[in-house]
Amino acid sequence: SVPDVAAPQTKGTPRLLLMGQRRSGKSSISSVVFHKLPPSETLYLESTARIQKDSLNSFMDVQIWDFPGQIDVFENPNITFDIDAIFGEIGALIWVIDAQDDYLESVAQLNNTILHIQRSYPHINVEVFIHKVDGLSDDYKLDIQRDITIRIQDELSDEGIENAPVNFHLTSIYNHSIFEAFSKVIQKLIPRLGQLEAMLTNLCRTCRFEKAYLFDVNTKIYIATDSTPEDMASYEICSDFVDVVIDFTEVYGSWPRTQSWRARLEGEPWSQPVEDQVACELAEAGMVLSDAQRPIMLREVDRFLALVAIMKEGSYEKMPQINLNVDVVVKGLTEFFDITKPKEVKAAAVVEGRKGQGS
Amino acid sequence: TLKKVKKQKVLLMGKSGSGKSSMRSIIFSNFLARDTRRRGATIDIDLSHVKFLGNLTLNLWDCGGQEAFMENYLSQQRAHVFSNVGVLIYVFDIESRGDVERDLATYVNIISALVQYSREAKVFVLVHKMDLIQPAMREAVFDQRVALVRRKTAEAVSIVRKQKPDASAHPQSPPFPSTQIPDVDLDMQLFATSIWDQSLYKAWASIIHDLVPNLAVIETQLASLGVAIDADEILLFERTSFLVVSKWSSREGERNPYGDRFERMSNILKSWKHTCSKFTGTPRNAEQFSDFEYKMGPNFAMFATKFTTNTYILVCMPPGEARFNSAKLNVAAARPWFRFLDGPPVPMSSS
Ligand SMILES: Nc1nc2c(ncn2[C@@H]2O[C@H](COP(=O)(O)OP(=O)(O)OP(=O)(O)O)[C@@H](O)[C@H]2O)c(=O)[nH]1
Ligand SMILES: Nc1nc2c(ncn2[C@@H]2O[C@H](COP(=O)(O)OP(=O)(O)O)[C@@H](O)[C@H]2O)c(=O)[nH]1
Ligand SMILES: [Mg+2]
Repeated sequence: SVPDVAAPQTKGTPRLLLMGQRRSGKSSISSVVFHKLPPSETLYLESTARIQKDSLNSFMDVQIWDFPGQIDVFENPNITFDIDAIFGEIGALIWVIDAQDDYLESVAQLNNTILHIQRSYPHINVEVFIHKVDGLSDDYKLDIQRDITIRIQDELSDEGIENAPVNFHLTSIYNHSIFEAFSKVIQKLIPRLGQLEAMLTNLCRTCRFEKAYLFDVNTKIYIATDSTPEDMASYEICSDFVDVVIDFTEVYGSWPRTQSWRARLEGEPWSQPVEDQVACELAEAGMVLSDAQRPIMLREVDRFLALVAIMKEGSYEKMPQINLNVDVVVKGLTEFFDITKPKEVKAAAVVEGRKGQGS
Repeated sequence: TLKKVKKQKVLLMGKSGSGKSSMRSIIFSNFLARDTRRRGATIDIDLSHVKFLGNLTLNLWDCGGQEAFMENYLSQQRAHVFSNVGVLIYVFDIESRGDVERDLATYVNIISALVQYSREAKVFVLVHKMDLIQPAMREAVFDQRVALVRRKTAEAVSIVRKQKPDASAHPQSPPFPSTQIPDVDLDMQLFATSIWDQSLYKAWASIIHDLVPNLAVIETQLASLGVAIDADEILLFERTSFLVVSKWSSREGERNPYGDRFERMSNILKSWKHTCSKFTGTPRNAEQFSDFEYKMGPNFAMFATKFTTNTYILVCMPPGEARFNSAKLNVAAARPWFRFLDGPPVPMSSS
């Protein structure tokens, strides 16, 4: 296939760097998003002493490097960092600022960092997380964001840098905002994102969905959505629906049933393997909201991804028709990710599949 | 035969700030845990009548825990507060360091008053705010508190027993010779709880479990339904609190290794209700969803649906379209068997 020039050219595994001052919330963020730590338990996290590497093993492998707050990689009297090893292959630099604290020093340090990386790596996206905004009023949040934006832009233009790729996000681990922000960051790493979005937009049109998301099930990051305007409320309800399904999956679907249970199900009067008794081998779920009978549906795409959509009022009766359309899109998505996946992973999946057949 | 409507007096007591009003508003009024941070202290007694199913009303006495109020309950209002109690719930705040002795002393006084005026009452002790204890320490901290509370309870009860029985409180009870104290094993259960996880639902499901009238009838009928539709598990929830009223599991269903799944389901569906209410802009206590279906390929299938006026039912099935569809129809058809959950029963004898 023709390489997409707009896509970031990262070889190997893209890397996200989490940087910012001590206690700004970096480890909390990575524990909540990538390890499902309940936000209240981040109170017990200890200060990070060395670089902590995490990885997102999903439809795409991403590494997340959590830097100790006290380390300044550029002006460190003790150690000289291999700057190229750190920034060479990164997908984005995430800078975390504690909005509940005095942030001037952090902004100064961020400016310094941007100036350094602009010289050698001008394409690196800098994603500023203005963090811990829970408990702050909406007005105050916007004031802070404006203030920080101006401080950074002024500094950069003084140095003659215009249009540096710097983006801002208001985040908190106590609500969906941190997942939303990560979604935006990760989406920029996906090759051919536009094609994914077009598939979802088409699905919404043919099935008359209000909004559709493609979720990474483990992190609840959404990696694509249709072209209708962004809408936090829709993302929240779809994301919570994924949670509901995950919980039911764990409680009722994660332990092996006995042979005799299976034998009874497959015996008279059914006389069929259970696999043939089901209509769809992938997980599928639907929930009808009481207001205006608005349904929400979920369909598993593969072991990492699920499609979640909010349907229009009263469309639950059209489910069979809708399911046919969803089948088609799921097939398309599977092919899309098969192509995107690196060769070794595909080979591994084949081996796994063979093992599955043998048993 | 079906028993009549029941009213139950439930005392909710404990030090000020221990979390009583928070848990009440989460369980019965669908508050979110994080919304409880803005609560003020309860002044005196906050009385509420919670209709739980059609035939059980809980008279919930949320007793403000500031010391002056506590003293008043134990003196002037003693008979008024402690008579006819069905259940006492005492809440210990596990983080109130230093004050443990005083809290225990108050607890002992309350148990004494309870045993004096309502000897049949059940006692539930909630060791609360466990989220504030480091996860690795929780079990040990809880066990230690349990041992302490049990000892104090036994002491309190035996002291009351040694005293001449209060004639005004028990006019009918014969005086015991002081050497021959009858063993009052107080009916007591202890739970570790936090508003931040499902532990609260486990404790409260146990509290209401014994109060639900006609429990045996409900259980028998759930079992018949389960067998008839070939289910692996059935849970019956009260519609507002989503506490588990009753449950049934098949032999295979009982093999489920998740022992905490019932309170977990309450917690999941309750927070889902919240999500919905935020999304649709409808009131917290309104009905939020009518139907939920989940089929996990050849692993299992389940549905949760509005059942009777006051209940939701969750049915976990083996996989299979045909089985699933007929189970849904049969559950809908079984609704009339459970209609007694919605109101005072029709007198059975009159025919
Ligand atoms: N209110 C609030 N507190 C938060 C949030 N995120 C993190 N915190 C709290 O901030 C404190 C510090 O968080 P950490 O994640 O340990 O900070 P860090 O940036 O990793 O610190 P170092 O490792 O020392 O650099 C903890 O008590 C967290 O609970 C948030 O979104 N809101
Ligand atoms: N950390 C924690 N705080 C809690 C818990 N339960 C209640 N609280 C908090 O304790 C405070 C006092 O609660 P409240 O219900 O008003 O106490 P009451 O005086 O016993 O009714 C509130 O700020 C609650 O948010 C819990 O399980 N964990
Ligand atoms: Mg109170």
